[in-house]
Amino acid sequence: MTWIEGRFEENVITTTLEDALNWGQQSSIWPMTFGLACCAIEMMATGASKYDIDRFGAGAFRATPRQADLMIVAGTVTFKMASRVRRLYEQMADPKYVIAMGACTVGGGPYFKHGYHVVKGVDLVVPVDVYVPGCPPRPEALLEGLMRIQDKIKHRKVTKGESTLPVPHHTGYSALNV
Amino acid sequence: MNIQEVHSILLQKFGEAAVGAAFVEATDPWIVVDAGSIVDVGTFLRDDERLRFDHLNDLCGCDYFEPDEKKAPKFGHDPHVEVVYQLSSMELKHRLKLKVIVARWKNDEQGQLPEVPSVSSVWGIANWHEREAYDLVGIFFQDHPNLRRILCPEDWQGHALRKDYDFPLEYHGVRGR
Amino acid sequence: MSMQIEDPRVVEFDVQTDEMLVNMGPQHPSTHGVLRLLLRTDGEIVHECTPHIGYLHRCAEKIGENLATPQWVPYTDRMDYLAAMNMNLGFSLAVEKLVGMEVNEKAMHLRVFIAELGRIASHLVAMGTYGLDLGTFSPFLYAFREREIILDFFEEACGARLTCSYLTVGGATHDLPEEMEIPDGLAALLQIPKGQRAHFFEVVEMFLSWLEKRIKEYHALLTTNAIFIKRTAGIGILSRETAISFGCTGPVLRGSGVDYDLRRKEDGEAIYTRMYEGYDFEVPVAPFADAPREAVLGDNWCRFYVRMMEVVQSIRLVRQAIPKYQKAEGTHREVFKFNTKLPKDEVYLETECPRGQMGFYIVGNGNAEPLRARAKSSCFCNLSVTDQLCEGVPLADVPSVVGSLDVVMGEIDR
Repeated sequence: MTWIEGRFEENVITTTLEDALNWGQQSSIWPMTFGLACCAIEMMATGASKYDIDRFGAGAFRATPRQADLMIVAGTVTFKMASRVRRLYEQMADPKYVIAMGACTVGGGPYFKHGYHVVKGVDLVVPVDVYVPGCPPRPEALLEGLMRIQDKIKHRKVTKGESTLPVPHHTGYSALNV
Repeated sequence: MNIQEVHSILLQKFGEAAVGAAFVEATDPWIVVDAGSIVDVGTFLRDDERLRFDHLNDLCGCDYFEPDEKKAPKFGHDPHVEVVYQLSSMELKHRLKLKVIVARWKNDEQGQLPEVPSVSSVWGIANWHEREAYDLVGIFFQDHPNLRRILCPEDWQGHALRKDYDFPLEYHGVRGR
Repeated sequence: MSMQIEDPRVVEFDVQTDEMLVNMGPQHPSTHGVLRLLLRTDGEIVHECTPHIGYLHRCAEKIGENLATPQWVPYTDRMDYLAAMNMNLGFSLAVEKLVGMEVNEKAMHLRVFIAELGRIASHLVAMGTYGLDLGTFSPFLYAFREREIILDFFEEACGARLTCSYLTVGGATHDLPEEMEIPDGLAALLQIPKGQRAHFFEVVEMFLSWLEKRIKEYHALLTTNAIFIKRTAGIGILSRETAISFGCTGPVLRGSGVDYDLRRKEDGEAIYTRMYEGYDFEVPVAPFADAPREAVLGDNWCRFYVRMMEVVQSIRLVRQAIPKYQKAEGTHREVFKFNTKLPKDEVYLETECPRGQMGFYIVGNGNAEPLRARAKSSCFCNLSVTDQLCEGVPLADVPSVVGSLDVVMGEIDR
């Protein structure tokens, strides 16, 4: 946009509306305080002194899903909990994103074989945007997952609406109707 | 106080119909108690000056069964279900293990849970432990104030720690395997 | 309190309230995980509190029946994920008791060293999250700052931060390292350049002496804070009799004035107390001489203070373990093969974990896999008194009561 440059005073930046919106949203992701199991402790560590998730603008942990943009499913989802996870997801306002943190939420993890009461991956319950493997993942890994969410927001197109979410899971089973 | 002394006190008080053999050779020796008299024995153990077993460390069920027919001859136990009570005394610093042995199914009818009287009136914590044993091992505790499932959802089918338990394929629309 | 006013001429002197059911959890920031409390309240006052658990039931006992015992060690990590080392230790000792195995002296002192560090880390989290429950954020940041350094030690020893699986049947998976890089966090706190290497135990000692001075600050920040005392002292009083009858253990039991700690020779079993032989430590038991006037035996404040005092004792134990470990001979691990057949016998062993007495009941039947692997949870018993503690307290004090019990849902539901 060379024709416009130099015609304004300093401190004026030109950008597209889309970029400005996406930049604002990606820099202020509010996650939901939603700890299930061991991974929740690593999620807390990510929010605490050493790793400090606030550096990415995602430090405002909300206790209510209605104020949150991001659900970090940290820990094993059980059958008893599955309906609650889904309810919480439905209560979140659009646009909303989900990180599946840890082996259990990715695909059952160590509880895959004999875990009669464990949901084999949270993508059977809610659609997942980013999978963070590890048992539990280190805080750095969760931060990486957060950055992938930021990438996803960055490439969103305002005109085309929400891009379709990927068909979940390696098993070929589709999730519940979303 | 060692297990033989406890055993002789119990035999003296309740007789051989209620108190079975003591297995003293095991690493943690135990005394077998008849299901019908576990509440009386428990109350006595808790209140007697010499014993004072005021702390129920653990109560759990255990299923002795080998579902694989090939391995069954080598299993070495008759199929049965045990309720194991781990007791200790905070004052006198001694420990005791009791066992109640019942059949896997009441009257040998599949699905009829075996019955054991509840000791929740003796030790408060037995309330929750018995609910767990009911939930996972499938033992019905008589006179329990609130015998509902505690870990699995209320509408769960089967008792998971039974050896012949079939894993659910689906629960409320979520794939199980 | 709701009341009927029969005579319409009587001026209403109180706000009329109705009974209401309030559902708290399973997703609630101050229930420490997925605990669900169903509260029957009348206005602000809780009349009935029913805990519902099982939202994290991960079938650990069923899994234990299908795996060889050393393979189940990682699952014990995931029960009490805040004190993974202590859980490993409890289960390993139970298996050793079953097969009649004796670990040598070096492994024993290594275990004391690691287990007590784990206790400090666990109590630090308990302190931080209790602050969060009561609405103060800063203790949480301090607690996690210190805890990260302990996790750096664990990482140096075994490679994992949280779920370590370090102490295993026969000893520990690795020996303690000779030297390590001073953790960045510690270097920043001590204001020394980053990236220096030092002897492992020197770094630990640097950390301990630094932590020791900080405990006074925590007391200023939390324990003796007027608001904190108002929120905790005299609330949620657990009597000695109830505590024993409901199987409460650990800091909850000692907060009610029962002097019982499995690490001491007269209380615990020989295979466990042998480890602590020759160690000099005290067991903090309520009531305390330096308690505030409002504090009552067995209330939230006492339970919290027991934990804080245990940190001091654990620091002492870690200090004593270091020279003992260095002097001891032998290997850190006796070989225990995965396919070792368990004898036809059964054992039950309880150990003193940060949250209470964690018991493992293992029945062997001639196979490598046990016939029954039972984990008796300490928090399970501690939580069962919630309904009694919460009766008649205001709604706002429920998180204060639950937080003082310091429950970890992974251990309760297994």
